[in-house]
Amino acid sequence: MKILVCISNVPDTTTKVKFKEGDSLFDDSGVQWIINPWDELALTRAMELKEDAGNSVNEICVIHVGGASADATLRKALAIGADKAVRIDACPADAYHVAGQIAEYLKENPFEIIFSGIESSDYNGSSVGAMIAEFMDYPGISSVTSVNLDDDDIQVNRAIPGGKQVLKTETPFVAVVQKGIAMEPRIPSMRGIMMARKKPLEVKPAAELEVLTESIKFELPQEKGACKMIDSESAEQLVDLLKNEAKVL
Amino acid sequence: MSVIAFAKNWNGKFKNSSFELVSYTKALANQLNTNMVVLSIGEVAEEELKLLGNYGADKVLTVSDPQLNTLTSRAYADIVAKAAESVGAEVIVLSDNNSGKAIAPRVSVKLKAGLVAAVQELPVSFEPFVVKKRVFSGKAFGHVQIKSDKKVLTIAKNCFGLLEASCVVAIEEFAVDIDTSLFKVKIVEEEEQKDKVILSDADVVVSAGRGMRSPENWAPVEELAEVLGAATACSRPVSDEGWRGHEEHVGQTGKVIAPNLYIAAGISGAIQHVAGISRSKCIVAINTDPEAPIFGVADYGIVGDVMDVLPRLTEAFRNSKS
Repeated sequence: MKILVCISNVPDTTTKVKFKEGDSLFDDSGVQWIINPWDELALTRAMELKEDAGNSVNEICVIHVGGASADATLRKALAIGADKAVRIDACPADAYHVAGQIAEYLKENPFEIIFSGIESSDYNGSSVGAMIAEFMDYPGISSVTSVNLDDDDIQVNRAIPGGKQVLKTETPFVAVVQKGIAMEPRIPSMRGIMMARKKPLEVKPAAELEVLTESIKFELPQEKGACKMIDSESAEQLVDLLKNEAKVL
Repeated sequence: MSVIAFAKNWNGKFKNSSFELVSYTKALANQLNTNMVVLSIGEVAEEELKLLGNYGADKVLTVSDPQLNTLTSRAYADIVAKAAESVGAEVIVLSDNNSGKAIAPRVSVKLKAGLVAAVQELPVSFEPFVVKKRVFSGKAFGHVQIKSDKKVLTIAKNCFGLLEASCVVAIEEFAVDIDTSLFKVKIVEEEEQKDKVILSDADVVVSAGRGMRSPENWAPVEELAEVLGAATACSRPVSDEGWRGHEEHVGQTGKVIAPNLYIAAGISGAIQHVAGISRSKCIVAINTDPEAPIFGVADYGIVGDVMDVLPRLTEAFRNSKS
């Protein structure tokens, strides 16, 4: 069984976001790039499934749509333990474009399980995984918090408002994963980093695909007014302010 | 031309987010000078469907097949796309929740319709069609142009509010073949906590962080939440330590929420935490450190020990009710 993990290359979560060229582009100067947090958890879970001798996972491949600047991030994924990385050499225009590129790759290179993070922490499109499923006409499961394999029997937990569902699915399928899928992202070992240098990182040409949406401008949220401080002994005053000033009660 | 909204139900009932969706779509239809159709999937009683009229719906299409009572994203997307085509919808609107996130991308691919998720307000312009959405997990907003003829939007919770109206609803069964080969995912078990306020729906959230010092100290948080009818939440370190479940984690990598009131107790306010709560209407922070970054985003702040302050607040809220 082969698992494909979709990887987004995103600014570190502590990045102070700024824009350039008349607020039309993200200013990436000085930005530290990381594997999108949910994708990193998905990769960690994929590794755990491969290492569990009880099941038949024999290859983990990571895939990314983007330019060569993401290669360092893909090498990190290889250092964590992926067997192979594929980069589709395209400027990722929107979710439809990215999912379409990955679907084109899947048509030639089938996988049984496809992991995609619930969203990328940059443009928050939260659509790539479900779009891949639709392009491929595969079942897809959203809000996935765990994936377990018992031979080829696949059990998936999905978060629902205030609870969870346990699901069974056939392969191939797409799991759109969120927090809980793995406990903590795995940190590459020294040996993993050494081995990653020798692992394959294939660069594939992009398919001709339409772009349906375009980001044209960015803005920063308005600064909040000063915080009104209340004495810790005056709980009643806060209740009064919430009722009569903020009017949220 | 028209616009269509997919109003999801939960066990046959709509939520405020469904009514907000209808309010938004009605306002959008008015701006486009066209009519709105609301689509409902699964069994919903007639009186419940009529409630949609209170927010501007005058035509509801329903596919009341019991096979569709639980979400199957493929089958749902198939029906949404077919309904959109049958009414000639130019814009398809869904809520940005679990089901919207599962269905909207599929509809987008089916109809080759550009999708923008978690839209914050009515379109900025129509020619070209530009909408505003949250990007960088709430650290900024992006203006996105949709270039395709058909468009799919999901709207962020609490971005628009409710617009009351009094429309008489014409209910029509939408005849569609249900492709049972799309039901490949089977539910074998389901657990739902009926007694707790659901975090993603909650108007008031009481959230706590490492300042609580130990998982045994959560009683004051739960007591305050109970008095307020609030959901409980926590910061990332708390869920990573296993003090509370992952489902309570709010922040950039956990849940992104937008309640009317968010009370942060013993949470320092790391940038990733703030990303998950910045759309709250009002934020109250309680922390021993007057320099904690949470006070930079809060509307009201109290410097003090949460173990003293929370019980006092609970008492004050209780007294104000009686």
